[in-house]
Amino acid sequence: MHICTVTPISVTVGANRIVPAIAIPYPLGNPSSEIEEEKAIRRKIVENALEALTIGVDGQRIFE
Amino acid sequence: MRLEMGYIYIKDIQFSGESKIEDGTLYVSEESAKAVALEDEKLKSVSFDIARPGESIRITPVKDVIEPRVKVEGRGGIFPGVISKIDTVGEGKTYALKGMAVVTAGKIVGFQEGIIDMTGPGADYTPFSKTLNLVMVCEAVDGIEPHEYEKAVRLAGLRVAVYIGELARTLTPDETKVYETCTLKEGIEKYPELPRVAYVQMLQSQGLLHDTYVYGVDAKRIVPTILNPTEIMDGAIISGNCVSACDKNPTYVHLNNPVVHDLFEQHGKTLNFVGQIITNENVYLAEKQRSSDWTAKLCKILDLDGVIISQEGFGNPDTDLIMNCKKIEAEGIKTVIITDEYAGRDGKSQSLADADAAADAVITGGNANQVVILPKLNKVIGTLDYVTKIAGASEETLRGDGSLEVELQVITGATNETGFNCLSAR
Amino acid sequence: MAKIKVVHYINQFFAQVGGEEKADYPAELRIGEAVGPGLAFAANFKDEAEIIATIVCGDSYFNENLEKAKKDILAMVREQAPDVFIAGPAFNAGRYGVACGTIAAAVQEELGIPAVSGMYVENPGADMFKNQIYMVVTKNNAAGMRDAVSKMAPLALKLAKGETVGASVEEGYMPNGTRVNFFDKKRGSERAVQMLLKKLAGKAFETEYPMPNFDRVEPSPPIKDLSHAKIALVTSGGIVPKGNPDHIESSSASRYGEYDITGVSDLTEDTYETAHGGYDPVYANKDADRVLPVDVLRDLEKEGAIGKLHNLFYTTVGNGTSVASAKAFAAEIAAKLKKDGVDAVILTST
Repeated sequence: MHICTVTPISVTVGANRIVPAIAIPYPLGNPSSEIEEEKAIRRKIVENALEALTIGVDGQRIFE
Repeated sequence: MRLEMGYIYIKDIQFSGESKIEDGTLYVSEESAKAVALEDEKLKSVSFDIARPGESIRITPVKDVIEPRVKVEGRGGIFPGVISKIDTVGEGKTYALKGMAVVTAGKIVGFQEGIIDMTGPGADYTPFSKTLNLVMVCEAVDGIEPHEYEKAVRLAGLRVAVYIGELARTLTPDETKVYETCTLKEGIEKYPELPRVAYVQMLQSQGLLHDTYVYGVDAKRIVPTILNPTEIMDGAIISGNCVSACDKNPTYVHLNNPVVHDLFEQHGKTLNFVGQIITNENVYLAEKQRSSDWTAKLCKILDLDGVIISQEGFGNPDTDLIMNCKKIEAEGIKTVIITDEYAGRDGKSQSLADADAAADAVITGGNANQVVILPKLNKVIGTLDYVTKIAGASEETLRGDGSLEVELQVITGATNETGFNCLSAR
Repeated sequence: MAKIKVVHYINQFFAQVGGEEKADYPAELRIGEAVGPGLAFAANFKDEAEIIATIVCGDSYFNENLEKAKKDILAMVREQAPDVFIAGPAFNAGRYGVACGTIAAAVQEELGIPAVSGMYVENPGADMFKNQIYMVVTKNNAAGMRDAVSKMAPLALKLAKGETVGASVEEGYMPNGTRVNFFDKKRGSERAVQMLLKKLAGKAFETEYPMPNFDRVEPSPPIKDLSHAKIALVTSGGIVPKGNPDHIESSSASRYGEYDITGVSDLTEDTYETAHGGYDPVYANKDADRVLPVDVLRDLEKEGAIGKLHNLFYTTVGNGTSVASAKAFAAEIAAKLKKDGVDAVILTST
């Protein structure tokens, strides 16, 4: 399971389960948000990633 | 738009009581230059030094390299929106001091910048071993934030370059060259048979030490736009950008952008050089998509037949490069892309992070992972304190005999992706 | 200085033994003789090298008695102990090309003697062996002999002397998957303009970097029950304990780190940072959870949403790090994770 911002690279290099992230210097954060809000954003991405791990994929899939 | 470039060849630099240019020698008053650099209260001190081609000198950590210029006729001044007042530049008459550069160096935040060797194997790889370099080593006041320090050094270098350039205002150039492009309608009427070609320049815009400024605007905040190619010759684009040193464009490269110059060389002969499109390399995917969409759209609006796309940096910008290439080719416009490679020290890895079949015409600036041994040199301008931490170095970099084992990455301008050098790879 | 010793391999045709009717000619060692194309090599070597022996073998014989022919010829070469081995050139002769490639690769690999061959790019032996030995590009028939020898001979001497071999385009060998730097005569921008003019005119041009093919792996099956799964974190974003204890490089990493996060529920500014030199480090240094989400996974562990967060995380710097290094790190890390009974991995990158 690959969490990354630049999903096209992830697709090119061959990751199977891909979850989009926020930005390159802070894939799982957003410094302009309040701490609590930022953690909620992070949690959402991680939950999305965990859910993706429970789903079978054929080849490659981006879990938007 | 028509710009006349006057070239004044500098053959030596010397410190002197008074700053002036006489018979091809630049005399610099250290005191006056220091005063210009230290106008910014964020800088505590600056020291000047001279490095000449062939001397046993290593300059590091190098931040920016700048060619002094002065605008003698026409609108605006050098580095508009940054040093000079904002105005559209690129027409009239500009003088450049050829054969020399102002080099900024000094302790910098994070992962330190590049190396310029004036002699030895390292000198073969950096274009700035061939220039007479006026080096300024800057030190910040205590407790300053990295972003502020970066900015202070960047601006100090530009101010000093403008100060030096001003010394040429009343001189007669050794050589003059005219650069002129047509408006859209003129171009179509004048060169109906020639292919319409533009230059797509991708500007590094990833954040601290990876930024570029256009008329003073941080390039990460621009949407792709069109420049007249002569604008860059007056300093419309400047560098805030030096990690990794090998493939970031110092301001010197922007001023002398080789794609612009080589397209002008063919303009009116084999092609019609329509203009320059600038775009960025941002850290959000949506911005990458937007910028590449817009770049392709601008190419289409200009009714182009072909473009040359140059990248800056590596890693995720490889995706911006591939997106630009794919989307422009999809408009039926032929592309050639210029990049460099990270193929591993042994050259056996894949060179780019992204790839697409549309990218069938690639120019490479070489493999940045190639290892070179830089022998110990007699003098260091700056400091070797960070030499094991710069991008392209490692804990093993500093060897027992004082030589450095490094990747080409550390050498300023070594694998430049505007095609500034002859280095390539197969 | 002693002359460089060369052993040369050719087929029955170039040895003037005969044509197709002699293709079953068994391997033969001719000591002290330069034969056929060997004379052209000898002339090119001048006084620097000499052909101390020529091995002649029929093309059918070699390919039909592969193991025996290989063994016999290797024994002959071993006995002669040359500094370099040359096979061919084979031009577009298919069986000859495969024989040249096979024996040259075997000599190099099994005897440790550098070997060079040459043939036409479409010869099946080219694709089979160009990544194992230096394979010089030749024309498709023997009219290209002089040209082939003029590239193969100097390359063979370089190999014999252990000198650095330049890029394929300089030395005339086929691209072999290893990228080599060299100084072109023209700067990159001028090469770009020329390539674009050719492309616009519909003329042939040669890209300096053909696009690669990337690996593909089968997706692993889905996890049935997250609440019992052990999840591990791996990152290429360079998150390390403060001070970067293993000195992972800011670019072109030569190593990865393995760090224990037992009892760690939040990565703070005082305890973790990034070693990555390719992005603005300010945000990750302030709060490394932005790259490696330990805080959130601890919460989910406490809530029972996942079984366990693995007590070790693995980290390296993706910046400028070669695919080969990354692959090697990944193989080691994957083996460790498997051994520790990890069910799934969340890989974050910057």
